Amino acid sequence: MTGFTALMARDLRLVWRRPGDVAVVLAFFVVATALFPLGIGPQANVLARIAAGVLWCAALFAALLSLDRLFAADHEDGTLDLLLLAPWPLELAALAKCAAHWIVTGLPLAVLAPLLGVAFGLEAESLAALGATLLVGTPTLSLVGGLAAALTLGARRSGALLALLAPPLCVPTLIFGASAVETVATGEGFATHLAILAALALVSLATLPWAIAAALRQAGE
Amino acid sequence: MADLHFLANPARFRRFSQRALPVLSFATALALGVGLYLALVVSPPDYQQGETVRIMFVHVPSAWIAMAGYMLLAALGASLLVWRHPLAALMARGAAPVGAVFCAVCLLTGSLWGRPMWGTYWVWDARLTSMLLLFFLYLGHIALSRAYDDPARGDRAAAILALVGAINVPIIKFSVDWWNTLHQPASVMKLGGPSIHPAILTPLLVMALALALLYVVLVLLRTDTEIDRRRLELSESVA
Amino acid sequence: MSQAPFIVGAYVVAFVGLAGLVLFSLLDRRRVRRDIAERGLERKR
Repeated sequence: MTGFTALMARDLRLVWRRPGDVAVVLAFFVVATALFPLGIGPQANVLARIAAGVLWCAALFAALLSLDRLFAADHEDGTLDLLLLAPWPLELAALAKCAAHWIVTGLPLAVLAPLLGVAFGLEAESLAALGATLLVGTPTLSLVGGLAAALTLGARRSGALLALLAPPLCVPTLIFGASAVETVATGEGFATHLAILAALALVSLATLPWAIAAALRQAGE
Repeated sequence: MADLHFLANPARFRRFSQRALPVLSFATALALGVGLYLALVVSPPDYQQGETVRIMFVHVPSAWIAMAGYMLLAALGASLLVWRHPLAALMARGAAPVGAVFCAVCLLTGSLWGRPMWGTYWVWDARLTSMLLLFFLYLGHIALSRAYDDPARGDRAAAILALVGAINVPIIKFSVDWWNTLHQPASVMKLGGPSIHPAILTPLLVMALALALLYVVLVLLRTDTEIDRRRLELSESVA
Repeated sequence: MSQAPFIVGAYVVAFVGLAGLVLFSLLDRRRVRRDIAERGLERKR
């Protein structure tokens, strides 16, 4: 278990030294979100209607942005080779990388999105739904994104390829996350959505670290 | 040494496909002929959908084949990763574009069917949207397998993707189904009502058989080509 | 609205797509085989 925490701590320390990397991603999130009212028009009822979808999509894109460096830096400086040779399971290392990615990307997005949701005219309960679903949903995005990053490691046009591979696999999370906000309006509550998002996260947790490790192994061959 | 190992199974496959292709091609042509005749001439217009039901005879089998084709990619991927079967990689490379084309045909015919039925060229109905996402998964597989200078690396990456994608397909289908009922209370058009009567079932099944045979022919043909292409690439890298 | 153009259109699309793929695959196979023959890689089977 120490390997896991050590790797995570190392990644977080690296981000701490260069906070600009994270700031850029969050700034993109804000900018991308702001584009929608500019493109669609400022009518309050329209914005409130599309807010959840817009914020969830923007969060997805923002999470994607930071992914292609997830393993690339380690691949370049030889850390990946060390990880491949390390005594503890590669799956754990993969999980540690995705966890660190979530802490610096998904978590801030889940906090930031409700703040932006105010600008879209969302009510308090909707904001809570938005924040909660992003909190539970973004780990899945980090895991799926981690897989896409590992699969495209060293490929030509890896950034574009990653943007092609990850989104379809993120669709279930997106659907249940974004639609949770509507349940506030109908009064049925977003507990079911949260449960489904949690289930998706657990399934990802149970399967994707192995897929990511497999992808990393053949990147190292 | 790699060359010898490489040839072991592909040679057997070669002999098989050389015999099978002419027979299967003939069977395909025959089935297509019968199927088209049944679909376009014999089968009566549906009481609900009118003549446009004929589009279903191409649209629905394409959907089935696109789905089955992706499952094949997943099976081939498993075969490659677990048993290192060299032919699996080459067949996956050959089969992916075929599945993708069937998927595209399904989407386009679905769109053309939608226009007279619902008035728009595209509806975000659960099945079409799931098919669209499947198309993206196909594109991802095709792009990923060809994104590396070392083709074997691309094969293995695509294999992992196919496996993860195959697990995801039912999840995606479930979520899109759910999303659709949430946003569109009207139920999607069913094939000719609550039960499919034989006048529609027979042309459908014959067309399904014909298109499935076409799929097999295309995959055999393209795998053959991929074997040769890999031999070329291996010889070039050694030279 | 006449449904005929859509039905015809659907079958044309399917035909173009599938026949196009067949044609492309055959031409591709021919090209690769020619390249193999040029390099003298043809083996007795």
